Amino acid sequence: MNYLLIFNIAKSLLLARWKQTLVAAIGVTFSIAMFITLLGFMTGLNDLLDGLILNRTAHVRLFNEIKPNKNQPIDAVPEFKNYYNFVQSVKSSNSRQEIYNTGAIMQAIRKDERVLGFAPKITAPVFFNDGTVDITGVVNGIDVEAESKLFFFNDYVTSGSALDIKNVSNSIVLGKGLAGKLLANIGDVVQVTTAKGERFPLKVVGFFQSGIQEFDKVQSYASINTVQKLLGKPNSYITDIQIKLKNLAMAPTVAKEYAQLFQADAEDIQTANSQFETGSFVRTIISYSVGIVLLIVAGFGIYNILNMMIYEKMDSIAILKATGFSGKDVNRIFLLIALSIGFFGGLLGLFFGFILSSIIDQIPFNTASLPTIKTYPINYSPVFYFIGSSFSLITTYLAGLFPARKASRVDPVIIIRGK
Amino acid sequence: MSNIILEAQHIVKNFHDPVTVRVLNDVSFSIQKGEFVSVVGKSGCGKSTLLYILSTMDTDYEGELWIDGESMAQKKEAQLAKVRNEKIGFVFQFHYLLNEFSVLRNVMLPGLKLNKYSEKEVEQRAFEKLSMLDIQQLAHKKANQLSGGEKQRVAIARALINDPAIIMGDEPTGNLDKKNSDIVFDIFKSLAKDFNQTMLIVTHDQGFASKTHRIIEMEDGRIIKQ
Repeated sequence: MNYLLIFNIAKSLLLARWKQTLVAAIGVTFSIAMFITLLGFMTGLNDLLDGLILNRTAHVRLFNEIKPNKNQPIDAVPEFKNYYNFVQSVKSSNSRQEIYNTGAIMQAIRKDERVLGFAPKITAPVFFNDGTVDITGVVNGIDVEAESKLFFFNDYVTSGSALDIKNVSNSIVLGKGLAGKLLANIGDVVQVTTAKGERFPLKVVGFFQSGIQEFDKVQSYASINTVQKLLGKPNSYITDIQIKLKNLAMAPTVAKEYAQLFQADAEDIQTANSQFETGSFVRTIISYSVGIVLLIVAGFGIYNILNMMIYEKMDSIAILKATGFSGKDVNRIFLLIALSIGFFGGLLGLFFGFILSSIIDQIPFNTASLPTIKTYPINYSPVFYFIGSSFSLITTYLAGLFPARKASRVDPVIIIRGK
Repeated sequence: MSNIILEAQHIVKNFHDPVTVRVLNDVSFSIQKGEFVSVVGKSGCGKSTLLYILSTMDTDYEGELWIDGESMAQKKEAQLAKVRNEKIGFVFQFHYLLNEFSVLRNVMLPGLKLNKYSEKEVEQRAFEKLSMLDIQQLAHKKANQLSGGEKQRVAIARALINDPAIIMGDEPTGNLDKKNSDIVFDIFKSLAKDFNQTMLIVTHDQGFASKTHRIIEMEDGRIIKQ
């Protein structure tokens, strides 16, 4: 088979009608460029929105929930074993919020291959005293370094320095909203009263802004030691261990395993934030369907142009067949025409898609709730480029299939007789 | 013995649309190597239909067809295309040149398809054919820049490129004026005389036919004289 010859004939036919070819190719270019831009932008936004929550959420969170004991004495009585026992006015027996034996647990987690890292945490509900007003809030005791590494705490501290809560004793980073309520500036001292009634002065070393305003109105951060002091607890007192895994999908299994192993409550991210996955999934589906619809429209354009070309080139097809080109050869010529429109149109489309994405990437996007974002987010994943290019080839192939078959079935006798 | 280039045996052809009409009725004849044969007859007598069957482009017929000692009966579409490429050269009433290509390229196309010679050699051969027909100066022009007579000569060059066993012509001078007709006829004559080229030409031009070696006369789907 003489592929070079077929290629040459296809090329000549294409170039002979270069304006039509250009229109067809521009259709493909446009749809691929839009496909790339749309998906890049949508996924960028998705990542951003997911990141808002997912970046700051542990994949697995170990904690001790205060709840009534599951094993009530009545269940232990042999007589009532086979009954369903209703017990009224059960009280929570577990008054300790801390996780037992934290040192050993942390050591075990550190050894686990699946774990990327973990950050211990204490949550302490407090009152912030501002003159005669008490504002409810939460002080989170954190290990700043681990928290910054795993949950990007650094990024959200908009003024002051996150590390200062470790370096300056009795210091605190306030949520922007909370600081506004307290009229506190960096360097000021705020008064904190714990649930037990003890009063404690803390120095403000920074503000943070999470992007979720309600959150910023109550939350504040201090070092673990400071919070332990605040609560009057020993060094081993930890209420939460936040674990980040290497593979997010493993979270439910790991959570189940740890809950048993460490006799604590464990919550995985999928359970805690299921709505986010649904959201991203739907957004992704929408962008893919819009992109594919664009491509199908371009495919119909190619189909039309090829059909027209075949009617125009009836004579040429007839003489090619008369002089020894088989139906298969003619079929190949027209498929090749379709595919080259798809290939070159698609290639240009990838290029323009990239350019368009980069332009969007430069547009300023400043919002108070997202301190780390300066421009519109774009995801440059090569997967989109791969899907885009394969789709452009597949649609143009399908668009060329029927016209090419029609061309291959042209009966030269009918054409030549007609003259 | 195998001097027979083309042999048709009991060819029957019906048209079915809208009613069945017998166009060719038991046509049998053979052509020897080097013969210059013309087929004549009135319009509608089936001479063109016969030519398309002989050319292997029309496969819907009964009877047997042998070209260069090979039966065409069992051949598939792609094999028939190969036979046309290798053994048969066509000259139609209309030139059927591809306007996208230069004259030279048009002549080369069947040669390139045959893929027997390299592109360089095919080009060389195409040049030879063109200069044989005295039109080598047109080689690099586009096909649509030529006059009717020139186009027909290019079509003859294209028919010759693969040194076919037989050249088939369907009213090759039908669209040409007297002067160009004479030129084309002279070409055919010299092909027959100087190159011993076998030719089968369908025509209704009695003047043209009378100058060929042998005349097959048809009427109502039958050969009445050969």
